[in-house]
Amino acid sequence: MATPINTSLEHDHLVHHDHVHDHDDHEESFVSKYIFSQDHKMISRQFLITAVVMAVIAMTMSIIFRMQLAWPGEQFGFINAMLGDKWGKDGILDPNMYLALVTIHGTIMVFFVLTGGLSGTFSNLLIPYQLGARDMASGFLNMLSYWFFFVSSVIMVSSCFIDDGPASAGWTIYPPLSALPEAIPGSKLGMTMWLASMAIFIVSSLLGSLNYIVTIVNLRAKGMKMTRMPLSIWAFLITAVLGVLSFPVLFSCALLLIFDRSFHTSFYLSDIYIGGRPLDNVGGSPVLFEHLFWFLGHPEVYIVLLPALGITSEVIATNSRKPIFGYRAMIGSMLAIGFLSFIVWGHHMFLTGMNPFLGSVFVFTTLLIAIPSAVKAFNYITTMWKGNIQMTPAMMFSIGLVSSFITGGVTGIILADSTLDINVHDTYFVVAHFHIVMGLSAIFGMFAGVYHWFPKLFLRMMNKKLGYLHFWITITMAYGVFFPMHFLGLAGVPRRYYTNSNFPMFDNLVDINEIVTICAIIGALGQGIFLFNFFYSMFRGEKAPQNPWKSNTLEWTTPMAHIHGNWPGPLPTVHRWAYDYSKPGKDKDFIPQTVPLEEGEHDGGAH
Amino acid sequence: MNLLVLLAIVLLIVAGHQLLRIIELSRGLKKTKEWQITDTDNNMMGKAMLWFMVLFFAFFFWQVARWMDRSLPPAASVHGEKIDVLWDANIYLITVVFLITNTVLFWFAYKYRGGSNKKAVFYPHNNKLEMLWTVVPAVALAFIIIFGLKYWNEITDDAKEPNRVVIELYAKQFDWTARYPGKDGKLGSTDFRQITGVNAVGLDTTDATGHDDVMIKNEFHIPVGREVELTMRSRDVIHSAYLPHFRAQMNCVPGMVTTFKFIPTKTTAQMRKDPYVVKMMDGINKQRAQFNKEPVEFDYLLLCNKICGASHYNMQMTVIVDTEADYNAWLAEKQKAVKTVAIKE
Repeated sequence: MATPINTSLEHDHLVHHDHVHDHDDHEESFVSKYIFSQDHKMISRQFLITAVVMAVIAMTMSIIFRMQLAWPGEQFGFINAMLGDKWGKDGILDPNMYLALVTIHGTIMVFFVLTGGLSGTFSNLLIPYQLGARDMASGFLNMLSYWFFFVSSVIMVSSCFIDDGPASAGWTIYPPLSALPEAIPGSKLGMTMWLASMAIFIVSSLLGSLNYIVTIVNLRAKGMKMTRMPLSIWAFLITAVLGVLSFPVLFSCALLLIFDRSFHTSFYLSDIYIGGRPLDNVGGSPVLFEHLFWFLGHPEVYIVLLPALGITSEVIATNSRKPIFGYRAMIGSMLAIGFLSFIVWGHHMFLTGMNPFLGSVFVFTTLLIAIPSAVKAFNYITTMWKGNIQMTPAMMFSIGLVSSFITGGVTGIILADSTLDINVHDTYFVVAHFHIVMGLSAIFGMFAGVYHWFPKLFLRMMNKKLGYLHFWITITMAYGVFFPMHFLGLAGVPRRYYTNSNFPMFDNLVDINEIVTICAIIGALGQGIFLFNFFYSMFRGEKAPQNPWKSNTLEWTTPMAHIHGNWPGPLPTVHRWAYDYSKPGKDKDFIPQTVPLEEGEHDGGAH
Repeated sequence: MNLLVLLAIVLLIVAGHQLLRIIELSRGLKKTKEWQITDTDNNMMGKAMLWFMVLFFAFFFWQVARWMDRSLPPAASVHGEKIDVLWDANIYLITVVFLITNTVLFWFAYKYRGGSNKKAVFYPHNNKLEMLWTVVPAVALAFIIIFGLKYWNEITDDAKEPNRVVIELYAKQFDWTARYPGKDGKLGSTDFRQITGVNAVGLDTTDATGHDDVMIKNEFHIPVGREVELTMRSRDVIHSAYLPHFRAQMNCVPGMVTTFKFIPTKTTAQMRKDPYVVKMMDGINKQRAQFNKEPVEFDYLLLCNKICGASHYNMQMTVIVDTEADYNAWLAEKQKAVKTVAIKE
């Protein structure tokens, strides 16, 4: 049964009915309610749970290869148990499988967890809720967006079980390594499956993004001007626009690679001799691939980060009992970041052999993007100043996000400088940088979102003490894993090396590698606390009240039951912005957006 | 053994479940919900934030103290010395920013921790402040851009020194070949279709200038104080020529010739006497002894730095920086020993 697309006409029509049942008087089967649901709330939970499963897989992979790096050549029953005799013979990781694991780890974490899991979950959950809409503009496309995500996840994970192994050319899959099956076993069927999975993933992402944009533009409740939208929605909007503009370029990039692999074209290939013979391909360039890949690749990291920043704005404002500092500046900086993110991609390519003048341009634009990022960090901190900070687990993860955003962000300044990049490109210095901003900041944003909106997702509360324990283990161990990597980079240790033991110059770095791995193991085990809390609370958590965090945004005005259409009666009307916390002259320290302005009261923080 | 581990995990989960149930039940006797944030929570977590900051910075300084000297030795090239100065300036700047902002963050988390009798201040915006922390970073970044690009232009300018040494680095899965010009002083042109076991770098055998080219494996020499221009090619996939001691790196791309130039400033012999290097090698050799490996002397190195397949982690070549005289002698000897590659029919 196809849900009609909610146009604004339809929206007005709905408003005139007191009961949402008039619109949808139908019985939902198990399949249409739980499996092929078109309800944004169910879809958001589907995205979340799939992402959690994918994250556990990718994290386990990282433990395997970290064990190899800390104790190369040592035998581990765990490795043999996970990988079998083919890839983990005698408990030692096979070098080809090492490259396969780092490839799939990166692919899953960047795309499936931090894009599908972050945007998919929270855009779906919060856009209709926070805007006062019954659901997304198209429930049908939304449902498809999840199921494409699911199918692409299944293909990606399945690729790990084939004979020649999954794709192994790094998550960046540069050709010719990813184009030539002779170059590495993972570039046989494994690479084909990777490309199939990603093509489907891109479809899922585009369907989702288009839906988010249309919903935000068209389905805001009465009174919900763009400048009254919570910053989370602004973040999801800009993220969706980035996605719509950049993912198709990755698609074309992957398509050309498929052609080179299967149809004897030469987009990326020229002058190659491999497998004992020269190849026919002439005229292509691997650098073309790198341009096309990074044209998505850079906006992608902002697609990963912006939702986390948007979530943090909500969590910090609510839990500081203060308006987010500089609401307009926050919007402006997200717009600036969004725009600039399209013209910095070359900073991943300083040493590809591209024209150095082009490199200079990218140095300039990349250092520019540091400015709005700094503004956001300062604004978060100022929001906390003179606040009445409620230390919920969500708030703690948000504070952790600000810390790691700064820590990881400042090394970005070094990497943005092409001159300085010469000696640290493709070393562990880069690995440290992007993990601190993604494996700390972005993931912390996701955790904050889960802890904060768990009541809306599952109508129950998560356990607070377990939340505290999870936070402290995670932040200490995560910094313990990634901070030392800067020093490995300064020592010249390259990325994607199966072992560092073949170079005497790296022999004095064993203790660094060991500390990294030990922290990784403890940190990974610590996530078990979160998983336990998450699944346990889903069924046995304390029943949630309607507005446990005393927050202003519209999602907290819905009843404590998941009803189709979100509000049992008419849609809410919005009278004010989302940040009236501790407003002077009021008896409560929060004023929901639905409360009308009093006589003489100004909206939007003008005081 | 694995069964025991599984059993332990299952029991842990059951124990955790029971513990939570007990807490749940005992909670029924109290008025606050488990998830509610009490003054005690705020005080404890606020203090924990401050403690975290202290431990975090302690961890940072501990790492610096312990691992700073594992960094690469000071640069052994002319442009590298400039890079090192720029690097230090940048690192000091970002370290200061890192320390100050994290301090303010965690201090605020502690100082403004909530309380049932506390109230927040309604302070939604301040355009002057926004201006301040937009302009100040912009100015700082402008300096970084200007100096960074000045050096970048110098480093990436075409090599013009007529006296320079031109060496081709040829990358393939999984080794390097260094090709030197023969007595004619010119490198011959290439044709990948003529690659054979004997013509491993794919010289165009119809080009006579290549007949005397010298192929070097395992260890190549360069002269101190003279410009070295590396021209790079690859046979199969993208590799990268990384010579970290000289602050040099450039991808080797099939279908392209890439270049990187630098002037070495210290011979291998000189580096082996450098105090930093001596100390570093000491540490390395101590560690090697623990693994029953023989001690080694310092050597400059060429590593592959772009994922290229199974043995990416073992694609290396030693680089020897000679005095001018030693280099000339070495090259002359190699040039004499060249066997010409058969000309293609």
